[in-house]
Amino acid sequence: MLTMSLKIIIPFVLILQILPIFIWMERKGASYIQDRRGPNRANIFGIRLGGLVHTLPDVIKLIFKEDIIPTRANRFIYTIAPFISMAVACMTFAVIPWAAPLALEKGSFALQALEMNVGILYIFAIASIGVYGVMLAGWGSNNKYSLLGGLRASSQMISYELTLSLSIVGVLILSGSLELGAIVESQSSNLFSWNFIRQPLGCLLFIVAAVAETNRTPFDLPEAEAELVAGYHTEYSSLKFALFYMAEYVNMIVASALMATLFFGGWQVPFLTTDLLREHAGIIIHYSLLGMGAMALLGSIPLFLYKSRVHYGDARDTETKKLSVILFIVGIALLAWRAASGELFFEGLAAQIAAAALQVGIFIGKILFFCWFFVWVRWTLPRFRYDQLMQLGWKAMLPLALLNLFVTAGVYLLL
Amino acid sequence: MAEKNAETQDHLQAEKTYLNLGPSHPAMHGTLRLFCELDGETIVKAEPEFGYLHRGFEKHCENSTYTQCIPYTDRLNYISAMMNNVGFCKAVEELLDIEIPEQAKVIRVIVCEINRIIDHLVCTSTNILDMGALTNFWYYFNVREKFYNIIEKLCGARLTTAYTRIGGITKPLYLGFEEEVKDCIRDLLKAIDDVEGLISHNRIFLKRTVGIGKISAEDAISYGFTGPCLRACGVNLDLRKDQPYYDYDQYDWEVVLAENGDTYDRVIVRFYEMRESAKIILQAMKRIDRQASVMTSDRRVALPPKKEVYTNIESLMNHFKLIYEGIRPPVGEVYSATEAANGELGFFIVSDGTGTPYRVKCRPPCFPIYQAYAPMCEGGLIGDAVAILGGLNIIAGELDR
Repeated sequence: MLTMSLKIIIPFVLILQILPIFIWMERKGASYIQDRRGPNRANIFGIRLGGLVHTLPDVIKLIFKEDIIPTRANRFIYTIAPFISMAVACMTFAVIPWAAPLALEKGSFALQALEMNVGILYIFAIASIGVYGVMLAGWGSNNKYSLLGGLRASSQMISYELTLSLSIVGVLILSGSLELGAIVESQSSNLFSWNFIRQPLGCLLFIVAAVAETNRTPFDLPEAEAELVAGYHTEYSSLKFALFYMAEYVNMIVASALMATLFFGGWQVPFLTTDLLREHAGIIIHYSLLGMGAMALLGSIPLFLYKSRVHYGDARDTETKKLSVILFIVGIALLAWRAASGELFFEGLAAQIAAAALQVGIFIGKILFFCWFFVWVRWTLPRFRYDQLMQLGWKAMLPLALLNLFVTAGVYLLL
Repeated sequence: MAEKNAETQDHLQAEKTYLNLGPSHPAMHGTLRLFCELDGETIVKAEPEFGYLHRGFEKHCENSTYTQCIPYTDRLNYISAMMNNVGFCKAVEELLDIEIPEQAKVIRVIVCEINRIIDHLVCTSTNILDMGALTNFWYYFNVREKFYNIIEKLCGARLTTAYTRIGGITKPLYLGFEEEVKDCIRDLLKAIDDVEGLISHNRIFLKRTVGIGKISAEDAISYGFTGPCLRACGVNLDLRKDQPYYDYDQYDWEVVLAENGDTYDRVIVRFYEMRESAKIILQAMKRIDRQASVMTSDRRVALPPKKEVYTNIESLMNHFKLIYEGIRPPVGEVYSATEAANGELGFFIVSDGTGTPYRVKCRPPCFPIYQAYAPMCEGGLIGDAVAILGGLNIIAGELDR
């Protein structure tokens, strides 16, 4: 019971931890793409961490905003819509494997909330329900912009779901399984046998369709601010708005996780098999900790000497000094601890857990990379027009996905 | 498109929706309103409405002296305020038949072209922004900010400049003006290259703009288009070349022309016009002479020097009359037009010989252009309507006056 609930809670908490980092990446990344500074004011005792702290006041602000329900809105539908969006977004994460399954005496222990042999179908099934959140929000608000946004969203998501699911059938054929764990296993740790090499067209189609599925630029028509004000969430405020906002980002994290899992080897560390990792887990962790300690120590010196051109007149002025002291202490502590205890050797379960930790780290790194990809695309491209979006979906991407499927199947049969 | 709609309607009994785009809407720059009849997302019929920003500029002028009218002109096209100042002062000067000093002409050319650049920066960046590309907006607004800093140094205000006076300019250029402008132009050219690189070959952008909001040269002329929107249709009309004022014909620059008259051409024409304006500014800056006067010595319009006012009764009276009664042009009427950023900005002034104008009529360039907006949108989608409006560069302050 305890392990089961832990298995459910840990992935959920992990996403909620990636969320603020992603929002920070979006805001700071966008501002550097656009030649500006981005969030740099909010601080706790003068520590801003490059704007990372800003998410906290944002959340507090959203919580304390007035929750407005328009008088003529359908209260039930209006209220339930954001919850559907958020719940669906979080539920999808259940079947994504975080690391190689641990081999226990009683059998293998998968590091995912829900071990399902039809994992990929589960994801698409749940993701389809996500349409309801957006559609009901558009319908329930009793606002024409919301309605148009809801309509756009539902037609767009349904159209692109076809491409999304067809584009991965090639992957399913290659791995011979619907289970995400098996798909990751089948890609092996060899970088050149990952699915983005074996299925380049499928990978491209999946990425495009995933961007469309998460309603991001260039496919952000449901919330195109210049056309529909804010689309389906025009009337939402306070926490309900926050839920939509968070759902959008969680959806993107899920999409990134799926990209990583299906096409970029999931938790596989390039060129290091799970066995190899388990064998040398101690050494890898020992030297990476040593390296981190050395980097913290080296980084703290220029940070301490850094002189900002800006003078704020409050605690923010000493931010770099405080951070450098913290870094210095952490660096010294890590180095001293590692030097004192010597090289690490893990055995049995400990080695497995250490390897799993490394794999989870790699996986999160991959997720964050694709999150960055979303940000990058968003701030580079303009937006499609509604009919062009549909044309692209039905007349270009769907035939290509089918072609990819037939070619893959044909080649697979011949070999 | 219309046939398609009829076809679908045979199969599906669809209800028409009525949607109010504006007056308060992110894409309706200022306070424009487009009332549209929608069939799905297609605009079947559109009815543009204006007047939400009407402040009675023309009536105000009838109760103010000519000099007092100048600050009102700032509020016409608030994005390029100095061009309105120049346009109005030029009209009054023609009414009075005054020749302004050479230096004032040079400075007016420079500030006009700076304002043309600012106007085009705002127009193109917001147009692209309405199509969802925010990054270009910032690339342009960083440059615009620098230009505004220069304008702030020139006259103390950023938007409401009131920089010109009848007969010249308020004050000469500050020291170091040329270097700052050159620096800005360097940034500008880089920003134009960046944005052009991001959009001009972007498939999504081309799909959104090429052939959208198309208007033929004949239609454009009959609607009364002027400025970049007309030149995008391939009509070579630029008052700076056709009725040269302020020695525009002595500078080396070219009229930018396109041929299709769609949203894409309107954007690209503005890109190239900014480059031409930069060329004019660089040439005009060579003519700056800080020793020369920037205000005419004609005592009908210019205030006498303070030293004379305090020592000599004629000058004191002259000063008093100019302040108290204002400039008094002879009885008559004048229409004078300048090439503002959006097109022909004309002022028609009737004088009855008193210190206040009998009638002032402003011909804003976007008023005739706005007429063509509804026919351009009809048959398109909401996204098109937004893209077209950005390309036409309708400024509510100028439209409603």
